[in-house]
Amino acid sequence: MMISGNLNTYLIIAAVLLVIGLYGMVQHRSLIGMLISSEFILNGAALNFMAFNRFVAPNPAVGQIYALFIMAIAAAEAAIAVSIIIAVYRKYQSEDPEEVQDMKM
Amino acid sequence: MIVFEYIAEALFYAFVALTFTGGFLAVRSKLLMHAVLGLAVSLFGVAGLYFYLGSPFLTMMQILIYVGAVCIIIVLGVMIGNTPDQLAAKKLTGRNLPIALLACTTGFIALFVATINRTEFTAANEKIGDMSIKFVGENLLYQYCLAFELISVVLLTAIIGSIILARGGREGKTP
Repeated sequence: MMISGNLNTYLIIAAVLLVIGLYGMVQHRSLIGMLISSEFILNGAALNFMAFNRFVAPNPAVGQIYALFIMAIAAAEAAIAVSIIIAVYRKYQSEDPEEVQDMKM
Repeated sequence: MIVFEYIAEALFYAFVALTFTGGFLAVRSKLLMHAVLGLAVSLFGVAGLYFYLGSPFLTMMQILIYVGAVCIIIVLGVMIGNTPDQLAAKKLTGRNLPIALLACTTGFIALFVATINRTEFTAANEKIGDMSIKFVGENLLYQYCLAFELISVVLLTAIIGSIILARGGREGKTP
């Protein structure tokens, strides 16, 4: 049995991606770094959807549509987050999440 | 041909390695530019995994949208980050290291031991349709039309929102 044809392989890869994202989210010192980490979490979710779509689901289009949806959400999220970070940087001259705690604009 | 199966299997390992090394680079590198590069490498690896899951369409979309668009947006954000001499004064990564390690190990163990390893996933009896782009397009425009419309509205909202948020500085005032 080839390892690339096994559902559990993909689930474990997706779990590792999620964990990489969590790790980066906690320990990065900049808002941009946290944004990069969140992309890993979203990718782990999309990979999970695709794995279940390939091996379990009866309709093989649903998982692909869901993964596409996640990609669009991620693109929108990145655009919004970067513009928020730019606005925050203008106000605080910093992108360290420790220094922008009070959120007063 | 059994040889081709082994080559495909080796390529699968290569894509998994790309995904993980990219991820490691993204969360551990000192410079944000290297982190974005790691993100791009990792997303490319995930695109290869999509190919192994039988969807060349999503592979192309992953490369176009993620590697092409999202990484470029993040690079635009990196421009406002610290300059190299500011970076020399403080470490970019490494905050909360024990908490981070604890969170990721417990998360992985919970996912792997309690969920993935124990659950028996049974496949559906029969598949309707195939993995082709034609079938995806028909589903997207008939049965899952709401998702399609929702993507459009979300993207439009994001465009307008990011313009409003980011242009405030033009007149010298924040939004």
